[in-house]
Amino acid sequence: MKVTYYPGCTLKTKAKNLEDAAVASMAALGVDFQELSRWNCCGAVHSLADDDLIHHVAPVRDLVRAMEQGSDKVVTLCSMCYNSLARANLIMRDDPVKRKTINDFMDEEKDYSGEVEVVHFLNFLRDEVGFDTIRAKVKYPLNGLKAAIYYGCTLARPRNVAIEPPGGTQLMTDFLEAIGATPIHFADAFTCCGSYQILANPENAVNVAAGILDCAAKAGAEALVLSCPLCEFNLAKKQGEMIQSGKISNNLPIFYFTQLLAAALGLGKEACRFDLNEKCSAEILKAKNLAVEAVAGIA
Amino acid sequence: MSQHDCDCATVQQVATGDRAILPKGAKTIPIYVMGKRYEVPETLTIMKAMEYAGFKFLRGAGCRGGICGACPTVYRKEGDYKLHFGLACQTVVEPNMYLAQIPFYPANRASYDIEAIEPVAESVHALYPELFRCVACNNCTKACPMGVQVLDYISAIKQGDIARAAHLSFDCIQCGLCASRCMGELPQYHIAQLVRRIYGKYIQPKAEHLRKRVQEIESGKYDAMLENLQKMDKAQLEKLYKEREREPDMAPLGTWMPKDTQYL
Repeated sequence: MKVTYYPGCTLKTKAKNLEDAAVASMAALGVDFQELSRWNCCGAVHSLADDDLIHHVAPVRDLVRAMEQGSDKVVTLCSMCYNSLARANLIMRDDPVKRKTINDFMDEEKDYSGEVEVVHFLNFLRDEVGFDTIRAKVKYPLNGLKAAIYYGCTLARPRNVAIEPPGGTQLMTDFLEAIGATPIHFADAFTCCGSYQILANPENAVNVAAGILDCAAKAGAEALVLSCPLCEFNLAKKQGEMIQSGKISNNLPIFYFTQLLAAALGLGKEACRFDLNEKCSAEILKAKNLAVEAVAGIA
Repeated sequence: MSQHDCDCATVQQVATGDRAILPKGAKTIPIYVMGKRYEVPETLTIMKAMEYAGFKFLRGAGCRGGICGACPTVYRKEGDYKLHFGLACQTVVEPNMYLAQIPFYPANRASYDIEAIEPVAESVHALYPELFRCVACNNCTKACPMGVQVLDYISAIKQGDIARAAHLSFDCIQCGLCASRCMGELPQYHIAQLVRRIYGKYIQPKAEHLRKRVQEIESGKYDAMLENLQKMDKAQLEKLYKEREREPDMAPLGTWMPKDTQYL
């Protein structure tokens, strides 16, 4: 199976653990997972202003690149990239006026009208790889790891690009069960992490993020699983600050779902990259005697 | 040369270098320089056509060989909405082209100490945070007279791939047309230069033979040879030059050796 995938800038810099684990897992599952040879920023935030088409040019250009390279499907890992690519794709497929304006502006590229399908990695795992296949290839099931399922905004909203029917977390539930973990459902699974408010209003963003972590911990979670580097930043990197100010009482380990996949498939530390997570992530795995090889030597 | 030294009406035009060489019977075509019409001989470059028309370049001309980046020119053609870009010293005039040179375009260059910089993309991001204002409009690439994939190297920098950005931007001549067209107000060519400096200093494999040669020079291996040359008078130097050994033009690689091999 040949799959074209769009990584996104953050996966190449601050979220290598999200990408490395996915690429290694695909190799282990025998999927030919090929990065687009040319790509640019996904646009990061989908512009909602009706006449602001210039901010759709970046994602559309990526979709043109995918089309040029002969792929009818492009898989993404980062929730934010998924959201902006998928939404721009819908505009190009469904809105003839905007499509014409954007195609006219990008007159150095081939005309595009939504030929490529944008697929999130979770959907890809379910539909193309199959959770049963994954279950069969799991070497070290993550037995007893109580992992809270966190979708945030961009996997679930708006409805027309949601990775599953709104309000549902079946996809991640099935995924976690396939790798042996125990899914924990909690009330804030779709609450915004604070997003880019971490720059303009850091205190508010940290408050929101602390509320999410607290809610997950109270639901019995020992860890939280997500697919977005911005959520990871707000929920994981700010925990020291939250504990200091008494907003949360204990660290809650945060994982990218791809890292847990790689760990369950028995891949080593170069694949899982737990060294790039906050310390408590490797610690909980060690404490539970899980992913032994992948966490060995991580202080 | 003053006016009195040359009676241009009677001197046959055999100009070389900066002056126009007109083919016999050359036709003239109209071009518009900053809105004013000039009849210039076809086949000239924009630069020579402008000089033919009476312009004198104090700025906006450098190497005249397509590499210094001093003469970027923007033009349009009749009946074509597209903007076109080229170097005045390399681009041949076309009938009814409307052109203006943009010899300089303001673009801020960050200040940094290349010796102290950490060779990672984050250093570049911190010095040029405006990188993230790029909307991938691709105007930079369309404006580049060197055919550099500017958007692709800007994307590579955002993706943290310094080596790829250095390679993609290698042909940049720092003319500034990319910056002149940028919606995000990026100074692309300065960012690319920083990236190539980081690549050259910290990432690119070092040339082992160069290190050895520098070591030899520093150890004084060639000092006597230089001192000897410095003592020679002009006649001796000329003699030495005329009698110098030369590798035959068509000698197969690695077959020729000079008589004196002590400095090899």
